[in-house]
Amino acid sequence: MKRSITRLLMAPSVIMLLVWMIVPLSMTIYFSTIRYNLLYPGQNNFVGLMNYEFFITDPGFITAVANTLILLISALSITVVLGVMLSALIDKPFFGRSIVRVLLISPFFIMPTVNALIWKNMMMNPVYGIFAWISQSLGLQPIDWLGTYPLMSVIIMVSWQWLPFAILVFVTALQSQDTEQKEAAQMDGATGWHIFRYLTIPHLARPIAVVVMIETIFLLAVFAEIFVTTGGGPGYASTNLAYLIYNQALLQYDVGVASAGGLFAVLLANIVAFFLIRAVGKNLTV
Amino acid sequence: MKSLSKNTVACAISLATAITTANAFADTQITVATVNNGHMIEMQKLTPDFEKANPGIKVKWVTLEESVLRQNVTQDIANKSGLYDVMTIGMYEAPIWGQRGWLQPIDASGDYDEKDILPSIRSGLSYDGTLYGAPFYGESSMIMYRKDLVKNAGMEIHDHDSWDHIRDVAKAVNDPSKGIYGICLRGKAGWGDNMALVTTIANSFGGRWFDENWKPEINSPEWKKAVSFYVDLLSKYGPPGSSSNSFNENLALFNEGKCGMWIDATIAASFVTDPKQSKVADQVAFAQAPQEVTQKGSNWLWAWALAVPVATKHEAAAQKFIRWATSKDYVKLVAKDAGWASVPTGTRESTYQNPAFQKAAVFANAELAAIKSADPKDSTLKPSPYVGVQFASIPEFQAIGTTTGQMISGALAGAMTVEQALDNAQKAAERQMRQAGYY
Amino acid sequence: MTLNQQRKLKTLITGLFAWFIALLLFFPIFWMFLTSFKTELQAISVPPSLFFEPTLDNFKVVQERSDYLLHAMNSVVTSFGSTIIALIIAVPAAYSMAFFPSKRTKDILLWMLSTKMLPAVGVLVPIYILFRNNGLLDSRLGLIIIFTLMNLPIIIWMLFSYFKDLPKEILEAARMDGASPWGEVVKVVLPLSVGGIASTALLSIILCWNEAFWSLNLTASNAAPLTAMIASYSSPEGLFWAKLSAASTLACAPIVIFGWFCQKQLVQGLTFGAVK
Repeated sequence: MKRSITRLLMAPSVIMLLVWMIVPLSMTIYFSTIRYNLLYPGQNNFVGLMNYEFFITDPGFITAVANTLILLISALSITVVLGVMLSALIDKPFFGRSIVRVLLISPFFIMPTVNALIWKNMMMNPVYGIFAWISQSLGLQPIDWLGTYPLMSVIIMVSWQWLPFAILVFVTALQSQDTEQKEAAQMDGATGWHIFRYLTIPHLARPIAVVVMIETIFLLAVFAEIFVTTGGGPGYASTNLAYLIYNQALLQYDVGVASAGGLFAVLLANIVAFFLIRAVGKNLTV
Repeated sequence: MKSLSKNTVACAISLATAITTANAFADTQITVATVNNGHMIEMQKLTPDFEKANPGIKVKWVTLEESVLRQNVTQDIANKSGLYDVMTIGMYEAPIWGQRGWLQPIDASGDYDEKDILPSIRSGLSYDGTLYGAPFYGESSMIMYRKDLVKNAGMEIHDHDSWDHIRDVAKAVNDPSKGIYGICLRGKAGWGDNMALVTTIANSFGGRWFDENWKPEINSPEWKKAVSFYVDLLSKYGPPGSSSNSFNENLALFNEGKCGMWIDATIAASFVTDPKQSKVADQVAFAQAPQEVTQKGSNWLWAWALAVPVATKHEAAAQKFIRWATSKDYVKLVAKDAGWASVPTGTRESTYQNPAFQKAAVFANAELAAIKSADPKDSTLKPSPYVGVQFASIPEFQAIGTTTGQMISGALAGAMTVEQALDNAQKAAERQMRQAGYY
Repeated sequence: MTLNQQRKLKTLITGLFAWFIALLLFFPIFWMFLTSFKTELQAISVPPSLFFEPTLDNFKVVQERSDYLLHAMNSVVTSFGSTIIALIIAVPAAYSMAFFPSKRTKDILLWMLSTKMLPAVGVLVPIYILFRNNGLLDSRLGLIIIFTLMNLPIIIWMLFSYFKDLPKEILEAARMDGASPWGEVVKVVLPLSVGGIASTALLSIILCWNEAFWSLNLTASNAAPLTAMIASYSSPEGLFWAKLSAASTLACAPIVIFGWFCQKQLVQGLTFGAVK
């Protein structure tokens, strides 16, 4: 009887997610095996694996996979490392700590498109952006961020967006750290670094795993920032998988190839998830 | 409790009936999807005038930036969703969609005066002689330059100068230490961004996108020469960050007084001569776009047009709206509201014949000459199978143009050589054409 | 220096440093806010103008051109609506997984998270066609459905980890008192986990509010939320930075202010079961 109740309780979620997964997924699988271009209605013959071949042999394909992983790993490292340091920094009380906390988490509330537009037009523009002005006042040549370091620019924007999320989770976790333990260690003559290294970091193991897990889901699918700023270029320098699929789906309107690409992205996401769970999984609650 | 819920139900039902009945007797509502450019914003502002003249029709606006709009309307029209009754489309889409039977022919009968529409624009928006998009405003490209800077450098600029001469002028004017760059050009990747300009350069160097058998010719010697020239010119005498500059970025640079020359859409003329947004409004002069071995296709042709999708349920109202928004009277209406310098141009002969417009718009003659000299059906030195000056009006072009644009902006940013860029683009284009079944 | 002074100095330095970083990270938002009060020419002037005569013209333009209230209302309805629905569906599931775990619980949770891995742009066309056939295009209901499904996995996961950390003794005590499973949830579990549920809801609302891909592609005029309003101000022909800043400020202000008010709640609740 208990069993049936638990099943009943889980049913709505499971059914909804199952439908949400199966319906689009099966449609996507079907579309990926036919010729389906929105601009050529009525020519939907079966083509086998041709769409997959076409997607995988795209000249930008390898770069896109590499960029997706580089973007994921860089943004994860930046947000986790800076997140731990900053949350440790604001863990102790000081003047105006709550205001500092509010300022630090604010970027998380900004829409990704707005985020990208601010950085592109007001910060990184090589002629009238803030960065250009700073380098000019220092007597340096302004840097054309989006042209010269496109992927890094995207990483900066994405990290700016997700750092606050890491800070939020870590600050929450640090509140529960045992202060008595820390004080005892201090009495024994442990330095601040030692406390941070041997008490704080282990305490943060689980929250770090959580941050990595959630951010991975979002970072694998970064799209708005690239669409608004670099358009995947120059060349393929900042094209990731999501953007490559967008190229197929909304620039070429080739639904068949886009579907094949979407399925490939699922595959990649699951591979990444597999390794992630192996790496941080023991720290997860599940 | 029970009675309460009964009351609630009754209340909800009556409310629902009230809403539906109200809807049933309500006006015809048409939804217009448009680009967020200045002329369209003005059109949105003048809607009450149309609604007053056509009681019973209400207009709802969806204003989006160009790339998002293009996605949305293409989804809508290809899936026959019928969300929009009037769509703003470009010269690229009009013939393709017309051929597919996705658009209603424009009702150009009676006092609409179809003959008044500039011939090159009309032919670019038609398929098989039928007009599928009513031109709202049109543009070509020309060169805008600073009289003062060019004169101080001891140089002169004329109509149809050679590209080599333009490079000499750029070299003479260029003075980065004072924040002045010889020439500003589009560099941001996109078939409507850098490729619009680069295609005109390639055309004038004798290149074409496809040969008569639809084989791409992007890595032909003509293209290589043209693109090398463009990359060399812009990296030596252009502003930093050119590979992410398009119309707006260059407009901002020019208005700030940082460009000696700028080759771009004729519509820019009304912005750079407007003292409210330009610091150099009184120092601007215009000339026809430069050329190299041929004048054919050396300046582009584009028009934004209003079209009616076949899936609309309010065709009559949609046609009425289009006739209003692209009429001669509409031009006069804008003139009354915002002045003659702000009217939508590049569509009708009558606009240019109007003395008030001639007086207000210093760029009028240069713009008309540029538009008239562009012929979308004959824009390359060697014959080509496609329609369009700076694009080829086939569905595959959007992707091919964008990829080529990416490669060329990569070459401009120094990530690869021009040779590599064009070879990559050629390969991608061949792939695309094969996938589409051309051969 | 005495130990006390030393400690004070250290706090001062930490504080100053933290302030510096915080202001640095907040600067882009501040700059956007400032730019929204400039004229278009001031917005692109070099060096950037810090002191200028503020103008409200940009906000006036946005007010004239866009139905801000309609967009804002759509954002509120869709993000709050989908969050409430998702919570109603997720609470029982998370409860049953946390308190009556089976061997497959872990797999089910991971599977749920994996449904989020299909990139939106890859399934756009299938979803678009489904929406068209069911009349859901450009409707608030359609967006609510998408947002609910989009966030459901994360919501379940957060709630699950939260429930799992509730002290089991209290539950057992309640059960001993003869509480039904339903009573157990309402009388014990929910009151104990208000913090966790609230912060889960907050996170979901923020994610919905900022979602731009589906809201741009599945709406036209009736259900377009604030993210769609932004798209009508970015990159037109002509100068647009100041007007765009004004529109962005208007679009982000509600959620930023909301986030500031709920900041305490967020900081206390985002434990993900990460705190023992």
